[in-house]
Amino acid sequence: MSITTLTYDDKGGGDLGITFAGDWLLGQDLPSVDSIVDRLKQSPRPERLVFITDELSNWNTGFIKAVIKIIHAASSQGIVVDETGLPEGARRLVALAFAVKEREGARRGHDEKGLLDQVGEATLRTYEEQRNLLRFTGELMLSLSRYLRGKATYLRSDLVLYFQEAGAEALPIVSLISFLIGMIFAFVGVKQLSLFGAGIYTADLVAVAMVREMAAIMTAIIMAGRTGAAYAAQIGTMKVNEEVDALSTLGVNPIDFLVTPRIIALVVMMPLLTMYSSLMGILGGTLVGLMMLDVSLVQYTQQTISAVEMNSLLGGLFKSLVYGSLVALAGCQQGMACGSSAMAVGQSTTRAVVLGIVLIVVSAAILTVIYINLGI
Amino acid sequence: MKTGEAHIVVEDLTMAYGDFVIQRDLDFTVNHGDVFIIMGGSGCGKSTLLKIMIGLKSPAKGEVYFDGKPFWSSSIKEQEAMKRKFGTLFQSGALWSSMTLSENIGLALTQYTSLSDAEIREVAAYKLMLVGLAGFEDYYPNEISGGMKKRAGLARAMALDPEILFFDEPSAGLDPISAKLLDDLILELRDSLGTTVVVVTHELASIFAIANNSVFLDTDARTQLATGDPKELRDHNSNPVVRNFLHRGKVEVQVA
Repeated sequence: MSITTLTYDDKGGGDLGITFAGDWLLGQDLPSVDSIVDRLKQSPRPERLVFITDELSNWNTGFIKAVIKIIHAASSQGIVVDETGLPEGARRLVALAFAVKEREGARRGHDEKGLLDQVGEATLRTYEEQRNLLRFTGELMLSLSRYLRGKATYLRSDLVLYFQEAGAEALPIVSLISFLIGMIFAFVGVKQLSLFGAGIYTADLVAVAMVREMAAIMTAIIMAGRTGAAYAAQIGTMKVNEEVDALSTLGVNPIDFLVTPRIIALVVMMPLLTMYSSLMGILGGTLVGLMMLDVSLVQYTQQTISAVEMNSLLGGLFKSLVYGSLVALAGCQQGMACGSSAMAVGQSTTRAVVLGIVLIVVSAAILTVIYINLGI
Repeated sequence: MKTGEAHIVVEDLTMAYGDFVIQRDLDFTVNHGDVFIIMGGSGCGKSTLLKIMIGLKSPAKGEVYFDGKPFWSSSIKEQEAMKRKFGTLFQSGALWSSMTLSENIGLALTQYTSLSDAEIREVAAYKLMLVGLAGFEDYYPNEISGGMKKRAGLARAMALDPEILFFDEPSAGLDPISAKLLDDLILELRDSLGTTVVVVTHELASIFAIANNSVFLDTDARTQLATGDPKELRDHNSNPVVRNFLHRGKVEVQVA
């Protein structure tokens, strides 16, 4: 095998001969064309480039890449290039590569943005996102009023499916988490309250915590990760496949058809799941209480029943309604705002969960303050 | 150049999804430098055959040979080495949406060569020039049109200078002019690089423009009805189904 070389020499008459020899295959150590590019800029400037490839054996992209680089350099210096010396296939490839001129303005510069620009853009983006969320809420309200007047288009079977997805299918994970949360609360209660000889009040602690706060918030966070993410992914994928546009062209309002049924399903199911979650939490607490305290099941149950007031229960359920609508809203809104690529679906799913959890926590704080002021 | 020698041999191939046999007893040869068409009506298993040939789906029975070497009875490592000699253009481009065109083309090069990032960018720029997309290195796939995605997909398929290019419905969804340009590009690449080209299509205009060899799969018979130059098949094949297909159904009209 001959050695891979790249040389140039003046042929007289303004011709510069460029000689390729050996194998020119991509991934090999190929000679650099920089010396030739430098030579083209020096005087006496050649008028014409000639390629000599008699010694060239195997070649592929590695060779063409070098030739194209030389031709680029030559044409920027106004030097004529004679391509007849290239192998037949290579000449055709070079011709093909230069057949379509670069589209005007297609190339992108790498302009670095300053800090001020970045802050400004981020602010505008945030403002835009808030406005979108608000507009979406408005459209949702209009859609709800169409539902109430019976003028909305949707499939009853879809609605039933959403109820199943947001309700029954969530039971296992809600059971597990709530039961464990109840147990954890009871452990903490038993340890601390026993110090004062008030171990039996563990029942109160678990029951009140679950019914008033924890059941609603834990269920909401589970549903944000489970159902809110699913909503964003489902609707986002439909958006990517232009299924949403297809609905619009049929005169079916996508919000009525895709969003509102999902939101109704989650909002209806959330209080039920929350009640169930309270029950599971109290069961978990009872198990720990019976194991670690010297009380009977009847005593513990009596204590639990006397601890829970109607107001606490209703307050907790109202919270779950609020969380449920926020989670569903975040999921559907992010799905509808999804871009048009596979990656966009992933992004909107992530945003749906993050936005859902943020909304849950913020509204939990606000509701707690309101409850305290109302004396609930 | 080994033009004319057997490159891909499909032998006694049966393909099935579970118990459902799609095609059986397929036997044909693709020679070096051929533009080979896999044709047939919708749902006859053209794309499945392509998937078997590029190593994505294993056949129920039979073997595919590349330069005499069996693919499916080789070890995974040998299969990987053979696959590196293929380039595939998927139906809608299948560009990775989170990467720019340049990165799409560069991924195989980063994986299988020791080129520097700058060199990979140069190669990507050259491949894009070949398909008429000079200057589009930094675009994301969702920023370009469908026809451009196909051409970018072709540039990606050519990243490693493949010996065989597989095309799944290259002209589907393209306007006639773009489809013709893509056909010309396929021929040009075959002529200048000596690449063997395998195309799944049912576009007659495209078939007669580029092919010199083909196989015809039939949905009802569940096997190949003919193989050879499509122009020959159109004019001289004894099977009316094949002639009918290649005449856009006009033969039967004449018979009736």
